[in-house]
Amino acid sequence: MKTRTITTRNAVQRQRYLRLNAWCWAFVIMTLVFYVLFQGYPIICSFYYSLHNWSGMTSDMTYIGLQNYKQLFGEKMFWNAFQNSFKYMLMVVPAEVLVSLIFAYLLNDAKLKGRTFYRVCLFLPVVITASVVGIVMIFIFSTQGIVNYALVSTGIIGKAINWLGNAKYAMPTVVAVAVWKDMGTYMIYWLAALAAVPQDIVEASAIDGATKPKTFFHVTLPNIAPTAGIILILCTINSLKVFDLMQTLTGGGPFYSTDVIATYVYRTAFTSELGLPRFGFASAAATLFGLIIIVLGLVLNAIKSRLQAMQS
Amino acid sequence: MSQAQTVRKKNRKKLKITTVITHIVLLVCSLIWIYPMVWTIMSSLKPQNEFFKSQLSLFPSTFTLENFTRVWLRASFATYFLNSVIVTVCSVILVLIMTNTAGYVLGRYRFFGRGLLMAVFLSSICIPLVSTLIPVYQIIRSMGLMGTRLGLILSGAGGAHVIFLLLFSSYYSTIPNELEESAKIDGCGFFKTYFSVMRPLSRPISTTVVIMESVWTWNAFQLPLILTLNNPSSRTLAVGLYAFKGENTIDWTGICAGGAIAMIPIIIIFISFQRFFINGMAGAVKG
Repeated sequence: MKTRTITTRNAVQRQRYLRLNAWCWAFVIMTLVFYVLFQGYPIICSFYYSLHNWSGMTSDMTYIGLQNYKQLFGEKMFWNAFQNSFKYMLMVVPAEVLVSLIFAYLLNDAKLKGRTFYRVCLFLPVVITASVVGIVMIFIFSTQGIVNYALVSTGIIGKAINWLGNAKYAMPTVVAVAVWKDMGTYMIYWLAALAAVPQDIVEASAIDGATKPKTFFHVTLPNIAPTAGIILILCTINSLKVFDLMQTLTGGGPFYSTDVIATYVYRTAFTSELGLPRFGFASAAATLFGLIIIVLGLVLNAIKSRLQAMQS
Repeated sequence: MSQAQTVRKKNRKKLKITTVITHIVLLVCSLIWIYPMVWTIMSSLKPQNEFFKSQLSLFPSTFTLENFTRVWLRASFATYFLNSVIVTVCSVILVLIMTNTAGYVLGRYRFFGRGLLMAVFLSSICIPLVSTLIPVYQIIRSMGLMGTRLGLILSGAGGAHVIFLLLFSSYYSTIPNELEESAKIDGCGFFKTYFSVMRPLSRPISTTVVIMESVWTWNAFQLPLILTLNNPSSRTLAVGLYAFKGENTIDWTGICAGGAIAMIPIIIIFISFQRFFINGMAGAVKG
């Protein structure tokens, strides 16, 4: 008799557990479907396409193994875009992280008047459509634009420079625009980190006679180090994903000097600029690059965990 | 005057100077930061000949709305605007429903497969859009949704929305259990507990998600660009302006008017809800 009640109780419990699980899965199913359909499956699909010779316009698809990848390694345009992606990253990440930290440091003062106003102004470009920014910035950086006017009239440069039309200056110009546009995001991250620094240690070190820079480097910085790691990783990954600004500002030009992987893949797959569209080949480039970003993300994350473990 | 007093006075003076310098730096930078938007909106109000005479001056000597009527009526910015609004509203509703429900169970229940799901969703941060671009194009094409608003809505709502999941799950996990139990005693089932007790509590997070997702969907460019290649009338503002610039390279005031149409709604939304937006982003990096 006793065993029977236990089994029925177990059965009831089991049923309750199953029902709970069913509800939970019912609640995540929508996110899961959208994730699988537009991110999980496509990433596998991209690899599958990359093993085929396929224009994308017809159903004519032939399996060619790793031929696309082999061809990719010998393709000068791909390496050019590849290099530019990393060149862009190496320029954008330090600039963006540093500029945003300076602003966050200046704004991290509850007594500062007009703090919200400054914060909103400095953050505003983040919410403006990147493609619109790209187009407007062409005017701002044109030979008759404000940038040239300001630099010439203050005597910093002798005569107006065609910033985006010159292969030498195009990349730094895009970097400047990107820092202006995205800095606000990282400023908010820094502000969140700075707000979490216990104020009593900062005050204590000030009372002990430490100067402001000293306090910053020896007290504040170690405290915000974990967030700094996250910010660096996010900034690095995001900088490699750049497309909107590049496509609208320069379209990869002049002379492909600002052509990054995203613009290269777009051109190869969806425009006829380089001959017929090549979905298979473009997929190989996209897959390879995606893989590199994922590996880079994992490596950076591992380094971050290692550093954190060493610190504590 | 004792030495301590002089030192203190000196310090106070120094403090004042640094505050003044801070204000000057921040003010100048703030003006630089908003200048391009102000310039665009002001230029869109200038007659074309005035723009070419003095594109640097901020204030038009004669105001005109002619640029707006031109691009709105003749260059189909009315259509682009409508497309942007419809795509944004629908995507945001979809994303809100899916992340609110998923965040609820991820935050409150240790169900079977939860850890794996979390890991899969989190890892998607690293996947660049360019790597999924071609297959998403194929999927939308095979659904027969190429160049339609529905295609833009579905693909816009796609992805894991990691930040929103984290925001919702960490918020729901802080709600005390007593609330849920009393709902159960009142006879509420799983769905009713969520829908009438828990969900209303998440309103501040929902607002944040709505604002952030609205801005992101409104600004989306890469996917809408390839998904509307075959049908110009399905373009959103972000893509429409790019196409307009390609076709009308010399209509600068028209381009500025188009840019202003794309910017103004988002600036209004951002300024009215900036606290939600900024708190949401700050919460994401903490979570």
